Amino acid sequence: MTTRIDTKFAALKAEGRPGFVSYIMSGDPNYDTSLEILRGLPDAGADIIELGMCFTDPMADGVAIQLAAQRALAGGQTLPKTLELVQEFRKQDSETPLILMGYYNPIYIYGVDAFLAAAKAAGVDGLIVVDLPPEEDDELCIPANKAGMNFIRLATPTTDEVRLPAVLQNTSGFVYYVSITGITGTAAAQQDAVAAAVGRLKAFTDLPIAVGFGITTPDQVAEIGSVADAAVVGSAIVRQIEANLDEHGKAKPGLVDAVLDYTRTLSQRLR
Amino acid sequence: MSTPNSYMTGPDERGLFGIFGGRFVAETLMPLILDLEREWGEAKLDLAFWEEFNMLAKDYVGRPSPLYFAERLTEELGGAKIYFKRDELNHTGAHKINNCLGQILLARRMGKTRIIAETGAGQHGVATATVCALFGLPCTVYMGATDVERQAPNVFRMRLLGAEIKPVTSGSGTLKDAMNEALRDWVTNVEDTFYIIGTAAGPHPYPAMVRDFQSVIGKEAKAQMLEREGRLPDSLVACIGGGSNALGLFHPFLDDKDVRIIGVEAGGHGLEGEEHAASLTGGKPGVLHGNRTYLLQDADGQIIEGHSISAGLDYPGIGPEHSWLRDVGRVEYVYAKDTEALEAFQLCCRTEGIIPALEPSHALAHVTKIAPDLPKDHIMIMNLCGRGDKDIFTVAKHLGFDMASVMGETTQ
Ligand SMILES: Cc1ncc(COP(=O)(O)O)c(C=O)c1O
Repeated sequence: MTTRIDTKFAALKAEGRPGFVSYIMSGDPNYDTSLEILRGLPDAGADIIELGMCFTDPMADGVAIQLAAQRALAGGQTLPKTLELVQEFRKQDSETPLILMGYYNPIYIYGVDAFLAAAKAAGVDGLIVVDLPPEEDDELCIPANKAGMNFIRLATPTTDEVRLPAVLQNTSGFVYYVSITGITGTAAAQQDAVAAAVGRLKAFTDLPIAVGFGITTPDQVAEIGSVADAAVVGSAIVRQIEANLDEHGKAKPGLVDAVLDYTRTLSQRLR
Repeated sequence: MSTPNSYMTGPDERGLFGIFGGRFVAETLMPLILDLEREWGEAKLDLAFWEEFNMLAKDYVGRPSPLYFAERLTEELGGAKIYFKRDELNHTGAHKINNCLGQILLARRMGKTRIIAETGAGQHGVATATVCALFGLPCTVYMGATDVERQAPNVFRMRLLGAEIKPVTSGSGTLKDAMNEALRDWVTNVEDTFYIIGTAAGPHPYPAMVRDFQSVIGKEAKAQMLEREGRLPDSLVACIGGGSNALGLFHPFLDDKDVRIIGVEAGGHGLEGEEHAASLTGGKPGVLHGNRTYLLQDADGQIIEGHSISAGLDYPGIGPEHSWLRDVGRVEYVYAKDTEALEAFQLCCRTEGIIPALEPSHALAHVTKIAPDLPKDHIMIMNLCGRGDKDIFTVAKHLGFDMASVMGETTQ
């Protein structure tokens, strides 16, 4: 089974360049604006899109993404609406891989089987669920793989070589290397350490390695891109949304362009 | 569901009590959790570890806590014979210290050099800061910004004890957000940091480990009751926030089939609205803070803030073992409302000369509901797990007593 994610990484390889993965929170700052941003991301250079599913208790996220989740929740975003957003996006874009990223509880409450069916039908290609380590694979990972959806696992600096095979076992699409011990949008990734870690991972898997958490500037995108198969940026893009809100938290005119222009400055460094 | 042979063997090797519990944490934490599980597995079987725990429990905490026959209360209610397990007499004023003592011994054994904790009312924060002072380890306590304001005396106590208090403004700025922030700290400082969780919840092995440290309550109570009355009690009653004092009392009695066991959650303003913290009665199973358990949540799986007059009970979840004990029917779970707890609080002051914490006042509220209809030879143990010094400001406010103006008058 080949997914959009597999196809994309094959194409990137043929082009001989690393991919750019952009993250935004679904429904941030509201449904319509995030749909507009989502639709513009491929043209702004996003090879792969990660779309956050909001949750009240995002324990692995830093302030930027916490606030994004709060804005989305305040705007009435829910998991069904996130799936609707994906469906809308897919009407105009049938190629860009789209991954949902978030926490398990909303999926668990939706119902795993119902969620997988709805996500698949909406055009979701993969899932990253932060609080489901390999020890809990029966919950969602194995059902997702059966449903033909990639389950992308996080490998971290604390994942040692004894543990790595377990982490990689049911992973597909790519491996997401978390470049720092910490939460999203805080410390800066160090190129040397990342290069070494990617090398270590490559000894265990043929899957592409994307690196994220701690990449916030165009220079870092270029640096990390040179040692990995893809670079992921989330908090820095989300902060652009925050910076373009008025004092009532409403989108200022030009928000969508500002976010997409900024995304372009990041993605261009990998082309 | 079939009845197990023993209710005391859980969790299984995956940290599950039935479907509850587990290890729902980010990969960064997983190796640490496994490490902790290994170390705890060893320490648990190490006599020297328990020798030190018991020595400190005796000389520093003041254990065993008395099992006290509350005679005037018993007369007042006119039914069951009521005993208090007096963990409010512990150093720092609550049961929380039992667990902190155990965990800091484990932290030291693991060579960790920095301690973090979350706190709601501040009782667990104070207990953690206390053991950190005792062992000379730096301590950072995460506390919701709302709670920092509500619980100023405990904030000051923690400061005096040398802890750094980090007010948490993310989310809604209460206990669950403090726990999120402590987990974020832990993910960031994995090498040197030990996270002392304050209740029998969180990823495996915390629920079982905290229960084991708190079980000192039930083991003592059992021995004391056998000595005093020559038999087991007929019922046990304890309040439930995350569930640690309750499990501590309940666990050693779980296989004593004739002992009726009742957990009392915080009913806040009542279960008709959302202003309560009764996860078992008013919530449904979900995944938060590393475990599957009953949670207060909406139809989208978003977590709802708990409410209770008692800051130590307003957690939207509950330890996973309670969720299981509920589903298998071994323990009954009920709730008491804010107003009922306030009544019970005053009753305890008046009849027994004991100012209880608002948390066990919930347990007492339930005792006042059932004791009058029970026979006089029915023996009941209630866990009086905390003293009320920390709560006098809250209670004064609810009773319309203007503490500030009285203090103003006396200083003029
Ligand atoms: C005195 C007292 N009782 C009970 C609780 C609730 O916790 P648990 O249910 O874990 O015993 C607290 C928490 O702060 C407390 O301070």
